[in-house]
Amino acid sequence: MLELATRNVVLGASLLGIVGGALGCFALLRRQSLLGDAIAHAALPGVCLAYLITGNKGPESLLAGALIAGVIGALLIVGVVRMSRIKEDTAIGIVLSVFFGGGIVLLTYIQKLPWGNQSGLDKFLFGQAASLMSSDVQVMAGLGGTALLVCILFFKELKLLAFDREFAASMGLPVRSLELLLTVLLVVVVVVGLQTVGVVLIVATLITPAAAARQWTERLSLMLVVAAAIGGLSGAVGAAISAAVPRMPTGPVIVLCASSVLVLSILAAPQRGLLHAHLAERRAGRRIREENLLRDLYLWGERRGGDWSHAVSRPVLMGSRGLQARHIAQLGRRLAGRGLVEAGTDGLVLTEAGNRFAKRVVRKHRLWESYLARRLELPSDHVHRDADVMEHVLSDDAVEWIDRLLGHPRLDPHGRPIPEAEPT
Amino acid sequence: MTSLPESAALPSPAVEFHDITAAYRTQPVLWDIDLVIPTGQLVAIVGPNGAGKSTLLKVALGLVRPLTGWVEIFGEPFETRRSWVGYVPQRESVDWDFPTSALDVVTMGLYGQLGWLKRPGRREHERALACLDRVGIADLARRQISQLSGGQQQRVFLARALAQDSRLYMMDEPFAGVDATTERAILELLQELRSLGRTVIAVHHDLQTVGEYFDHVVLLNLRLVAAGPIASAFTHENLTRTYGGRLTALTQATEALLRSRVPPSESIRGPERR
Amino acid sequence: MNPTLVILIVGSMVAVSCAVVGTFLVLRREALMGDAISHAVLPGIAGAFLISGSRDPFVMVLGAGALGLITVLLVEMFNRTGRLKQDASIGVVFPALFSLGVILISRYATQVDLDLDCVLYGEIAYAPWDILSLGGRTIGPKALWVNGAILGLNLALLAAFYKELKLTTFDTGLAATLGFAPTVIHYGLMTAVSVTVVGAFESVGAILVVAMLVVPPATAYLLTDRLSWMLLIACATSVVAAIGGYALARWLDASIAGAIAIVAGAEFTVAFLASPRHGLCSRWSRQGRARNALAERLLLLHLGQEGESESIVGLERRFSWSGRRVTRIIGRLDRRGLVRRQEDQLSLTPAGLALLRDGGDDALWHRGAARTDG
Repeated sequence: MLELATRNVVLGASLLGIVGGALGCFALLRRQSLLGDAIAHAALPGVCLAYLITGNKGPESLLAGALIAGVIGALLIVGVVRMSRIKEDTAIGIVLSVFFGGGIVLLTYIQKLPWGNQSGLDKFLFGQAASLMSSDVQVMAGLGGTALLVCILFFKELKLLAFDREFAASMGLPVRSLELLLTVLLVVVVVVGLQTVGVVLIVATLITPAAAARQWTERLSLMLVVAAAIGGLSGAVGAAISAAVPRMPTGPVIVLCASSVLVLSILAAPQRGLLHAHLAERRAGRRIREENLLRDLYLWGERRGGDWSHAVSRPVLMGSRGLQARHIAQLGRRLAGRGLVEAGTDGLVLTEAGNRFAKRVVRKHRLWESYLARRLELPSDHVHRDADVMEHVLSDDAVEWIDRLLGHPRLDPHGRPIPEAEPT
Repeated sequence: MTSLPESAALPSPAVEFHDITAAYRTQPVLWDIDLVIPTGQLVAIVGPNGAGKSTLLKVALGLVRPLTGWVEIFGEPFETRRSWVGYVPQRESVDWDFPTSALDVVTMGLYGQLGWLKRPGRREHERALACLDRVGIADLARRQISQLSGGQQQRVFLARALAQDSRLYMMDEPFAGVDATTERAILELLQELRSLGRTVIAVHHDLQTVGEYFDHVVLLNLRLVAAGPIASAFTHENLTRTYGGRLTALTQATEALLRSRVPPSESIRGPERR
Repeated sequence: MNPTLVILIVGSMVAVSCAVVGTFLVLRREALMGDAISHAVLPGIAGAFLISGSRDPFVMVLGAGALGLITVLLVEMFNRTGRLKQDASIGVVFPALFSLGVILISRYATQVDLDLDCVLYGEIAYAPWDILSLGGRTIGPKALWVNGAILGLNLALLAAFYKELKLTTFDTGLAATLGFAPTVIHYGLMTAVSVTVVGAFESVGAILVVAMLVVPPATAYLLTDRLSWMLLIACATSVVAAIGGYALARWLDASIAGAIAIVAGAEFTVAFLASPRHGLCSRWSRQGRARNALAERLLLLHLGQEGESESIVGLERRFSWSGRRVTRIIGRLDRRGLVRRQEDQLSLTPAGLALLRDGGDDALWHRGAARTDG
């Protein structure tokens, strides 16, 4: 018995996760993240009214009530925004709270009716995954599967709608109907989720997996798949944990699972992840410091009349860029490891390879200075700072293009020689 | 005079606006516009902010319903001519952080021909790639759109319109905020379109380049101030009437420049049809 | 004290507190932050309860205030990474915090008197019976003291920072250049929202607090264009909602908090439909009038240009108007004696011609424009 109940919960929760994750992507990208929240709250009075009218607690009639009320709520939000000065966030807040208030009134009213005792409607509030029965799961699978199918069939159109509504309209797509379709699909997810996670937490099953999936891919179709996977997995894991640990409510555990995946994604996803960005920034910073050091070494040799055989002492190098001793030591070690400098007791000296490398950096710097001075007619005392940044980001192709553009200048605006390009 | 291969088969003007008046809520934005856009020309719509330039395009595209009047595209109502019209919205109108690639955006231009339920396949992607190539950024096809520069994003939008393979293109500020290279590329594309007999209507902000880039100009400020070939319509008097007191010394200088640079015979291509 | 009176007073206090902070939330387009905070303070309340082991209102307010700030910080942190947009940040933060609260409560607080239902939809009906005692002496219902203190705090803050709130709400950039520190005001407001939410919690619950925060200010927003009036109207409508809600709940024998939300919603609906300036009815009639004025003017101008008469069928075609519409417009112009209809032909009367000629163009224009503004 217990086995079966657990299986139902896990099935239901992962089903909800899959459908919610996939459809949540559209809500997220259309900046309607909180529409799902409003729809969920708006569904409550629908459930209660359906019970009052039909007097029956079968999932079909209750879910039908939720569906109708959810769609009405969503349309009201759109209508209020379109027809008054009320902004969207306020409209969402109004519909959400007033519909929910109506739901609570109906709920308390029903509970005090002689035949309304133990109506069990309040499980829709927080969800009561444990009470899911096979028949419930079947209804959920039917609804959710249909929603997914529709979403796949109209994927192309929904994508265009989400990306560029006006272009879609100019092409003759019925954008209003598509928007309604998307809303109805959201309502279906909400309805599927009511019994499992309840009114308050449904928004997380829609948005959190989608937001996490967005970090991992730059393709919408893949994003839908990843979001469905994250949602489904969070649902299954959350339901399993909640079944194994006593007094662990299912909905909140599922939400916390999905939220953990989101935090992990924002931190560690390739490309978009914060960690990746941080590391890339550090790498760039290190490269800039290395190139600066090589250039400084080159400049010292240039000042000695083109003699690069003397070591430049560490204090001198520290002085020119305001670096600390340990920075110099660190940079020196790394550059020595790459065979670009030799680190002796009296300081650093460029190797043959290091000299060639430094020349390229100096060349970029001076060509860029010349370009700024010549093309933008900036005075020569204004160009050094910009060139300091650009020398690290200009590609070799761009440098040669500038060289050609300027007619292979020999001297930079300060009258210093621009080193020749050498084969690397 | 250049020959217009397709225009011979299309005797009617590209767009005719008949008595168009449009209002946003209670505020009129277009007032009694009667306008004929000739086929096979590059047409600039010029006017101050809030003059109804974008609205005029949107009326022609069926995105804004006018209060009065009607629009004909190549002699037919818009609904029957929808597939003849390509659209380039303002670049700021979409979220460029959307998870999609440049190629994918261009492929969207083919959705109209593809129809419901069908997916774009290899043929569509090849066509989209060819369009990207025409705007010179085929190498960026797989790039996520947020990683493109402003100019490249604008080119993606143009490529998407090219994919629509239309006879008439409506562009909302195609030159806004692009770099010099892109501006040149867009201009070349416009000229290529013209040589193929296509018509381009573009909202344009830079008065300095109107005479250089376009053949025909529509001066708009709520009402139609003037419309016609550059040489006859883009005059100081009309500009003053369009911009009122806001016409600066800069634009007057521009106009003087323009008159000295563009000989009238060159700025008129093909007979004006009215 | 009479229990009904206690409930009404507590309800009104909550209503006014919420209306005051809610007005700024609505104006700053941060209504959903109110929603988020009202859910996210749950772990704060649960945590405060677990740590202190008591339902001391002061500790609860402290815990909730802290969580309110954490919510705002988390939402802004997600925003600032650029990986999530504002709405998505809100949508992921508050369910997570709420979940944490629910788990805390169901794991550790089931035996004690911290009931989820009570937190979520509150029960103001219990307010008269929960008596606060100080040094062994009972000093009246606790809710009265707690909400009274919060109301006083909110009003004091409003009085002290009215100018700053107004400026940062309408022009953040200007406020910053004038040295008003919009960030400080922002966090201050969010803290006030958190504290207000906790006070309202026991009375109306987490979700219906949103109704109190958002709906009366939205109603007031439809009725006035001035901040001071908006505050006053929001307070008035919310008190009416509190009292009316109580009556409705008594009549239906149902939840008072839910009924308050319903009455607030009904007030909003009335304002939405019938507000003299921003209501739907006046908006539609104004738009209709403006459109008619435009149409009349177009028709006159057209007749003026044609010089002579024009067939009515021709007018229909030219403007692509329906026959009924043309007939209506002609009827109105005819009543004003501006056009003359002969069989199927329409022409200007001398009066119409005169109106067009003597600067009529612009005179008519301004009349139309004035109407559209009104």
